[in-house]
Amino acid sequence: MHFGPHLLLAALEGLVTSAVLALTALGLSLVFGVMRVVNVAHGELFMLGAVLAWAISTAISGHPALGFLAALVLAPLIVGLIALVAERLVLRRLNYNPEATIVATIGMLYIIQQLALTFYGPEARPVEAPFSYRILLPWFGYSGYKLSIIAASALLLVATWFVLTRTKIGLVMRATQYDSETAQAFGIPVDRVYAGVFALGAMLAAVAAVLIVPISQAHYLMGQDPLLLSFIVVIIGGLGSLRGTVVAAVLIGLSDGIISVFFSPTLAKIIATLLVAMVLVFRPQGLFGTASR
Amino acid sequence: MTDKNGFFDLSKTGLTRRTALKGLAAGAGLAVAPGFVRYSQAQSSAPIKIGFQCHRTGIGAAYGRWYERTTAAAVKAINEAGGINGRPVEVIIEDDGTDPGRGAEVVGKFATQHKTDIVYGTLFSHVVIGSAPAAGEAKMPYFVVSEGHHVASTKLNRYVFQPGITDVKSQIQAMAPWIAANAGKKVTQIFPDFAFGYDHRDYLPPALKAQGAEVIAQIAIPPTESSFTKYFPQIPAETEVIYHVMVGPAVLTFVKELGEFYGSNRPQLFGFIDSLEATDINSPGLEFLDGSHFWEGSPRYAQPDDSAAQKAYRAAVGIDDNGAAVGDPKDVSTAAHMFGCWETLYVVKKAMEDAGYKGPEDRAKLVEATEALTEFAEGPEHPQGPKTFNGKIHQCFGIQNISKVEGGRLNVVHKTKIEDGLYEPEGDYTTQPL
Repeated sequence: MHFGPHLLLAALEGLVTSAVLALTALGLSLVFGVMRVVNVAHGELFMLGAVLAWAISTAISGHPALGFLAALVLAPLIVGLIALVAERLVLRRLNYNPEATIVATIGMLYIIQQLALTFYGPEARPVEAPFSYRILLPWFGYSGYKLSIIAASALLLVATWFVLTRTKIGLVMRATQYDSETAQAFGIPVDRVYAGVFALGAMLAAVAAVLIVPISQAHYLMGQDPLLLSFIVVIIGGLGSLRGTVVAAVLIGLSDGIISVFFSPTLAKIIATLLVAMVLVFRPQGLFGTASR
Repeated sequence: MTDKNGFFDLSKTGLTRRTALKGLAAGAGLAVAPGFVRYSQAQSSAPIKIGFQCHRTGIGAAYGRWYERTTAAAVKAINEAGGINGRPVEVIIEDDGTDPGRGAEVVGKFATQHKTDIVYGTLFSHVVIGSAPAAGEAKMPYFVVSEGHHVASTKLNRYVFQPGITDVKSQIQAMAPWIAANAGKKVTQIFPDFAFGYDHRDYLPPALKAQGAEVIAQIAIPPTESSFTKYFPQIPAETEVIYHVMVGPAVLTFVKELGEFYGSNRPQLFGFIDSLEATDINSPGLEFLDGSHFWEGSPRYAQPDDSAAQKAYRAAVGIDDNGAAVGDPKDVSTAAHMFGCWETLYVVKKAMEDAGYKGPEDRAKLVEATEALTEFAEGPEHPQGPKTFNGKIHQCFGIQNISKVEGGRLNVVHKTKIEDGLYEPEGDYTTQPL
């Protein structure tokens, strides 16, 4: 294949990765930014989204788009609800202590993973894409659904940005992120904001999983890679920074796509990890993060 | 000699009622503790215990589920016919998570805790390679159903056998003439980046070269990969045949993405059914496979010329004419591999009977009796077909099926002969000490 089309394919693949990664990492970043909680179970919430998408789409008969749309709405809601319960039962009782919550979320990781194994089983199951249009380029064919993932992700990112910067809920969140004690003094119900943010973070992961599941199947171990990549993105982009997260996701996704097409996927992972090390050494707050107060 | 300290005078050692009771309690505790097996009458009626190292979870789970069902069916049939040497067979299952490290632990657990007579049933080659040293160390006969060439390479040890399924090197050698003559001469290989894939990487090029064809590119894909489109540009444009063999949870994605990439304007495809085991070939997105060819150990779909033994085997295992579980058409079997479980258990039965096997102290005899086997006739015990067995390399050789995807099913279009897959042994296990 010639260089041009080759690069185009690499870029497309990279953008799909970026789109899903941006949503997942944004969830992780929000939770850390506002609550100062490192959610190690984030990848499992992602997996839960995919598994629920399978359950919902198989429960609904008829055109595959119906099941998929239902999954797109319901799966994130259910995952958000589960996160809400986990937040009330676990994180709140630990007073959001950074060290304790890391250990607690590691525990949640295993609980969610093993519950999925017990009730969903060890198989990888496909979810049918809502449409199967194949875009025919002169050099190769490409899944139309994959392109729609990029669009859907962009829409969701814009919506999140709008909520965070243009609405009262966003204002409250940002105030809590800036200084939770002062926010509380001004009458902001900080613990309710925390619960909401944790649920929102989980929902973002779940929605990313529902988008990706028609092209990669639901499997109980699928949460590991997104978790690792999300951490990489969040560290590079700067914890708690929406702009940084999106830029880093595009950077990592594109470089992953291009490097793995032209060289090898292993090299792509090596370079991403090296980038993290460099960022941690030379700019610990991340590319767009602000220095900690 | 005088007993100055009174060691032999019971009245002076102070054996109180309390210490006597303690001793009694400790003795009783030992006797009922797990693992303290009273073998006085075991050899007559106690069951023969087969430790089944099963991929219940991890990337091999779909295979594990069907290996378990096939094993249960075979053991039921063996027990109904009187067991082995008049003793019933009991299967003890441990999950290895399709993980080599865990696999070795499981073998150790069978040897020391369950005290099974043999260990059996492993599929994934990296688990076999990881577990084999543990089996050799425990002097535990280890019967795998793996398809990999590692047993026959004689790089493992004398306790490892593969008597139920032909190894990859032999399969490739047997099918290469058909590929070169019917599919094309310029072949690109796509294979998983671990032991099983390396068998394909190493043995296909020489086998094709002998037929005047060549491998022009080899693409290794990590077994945990979930997205494949990025690898396809490496397929050279002049490729006439894509030879694919993929494993793991993402196999369906792999084939779908290959379809999206090429559409109808594709090179010939020759795949190992491993790329689609436990997956319905009529899944949406797989239409482009129509007309392509697959290797199958045993055909997934019932064929018009199926033997009575094959029909009985399919009924016993519980698969319908489409190779799916009876009553659940979505639960597609791993038919191309799982027959190996059935046949291996019958080989174990035959070898144990030949050896006059009584218990773990006869394990060495069992090894020698297995090595002495040479042929398995086609029939209810070997429904996939006749096989020869080479005791020096612990490997059996059988026929292979090449099937074409036509009208939403796989039809066998070519069967190889046993001789097509024979090669010079690379070593001799029987020279190793027992």
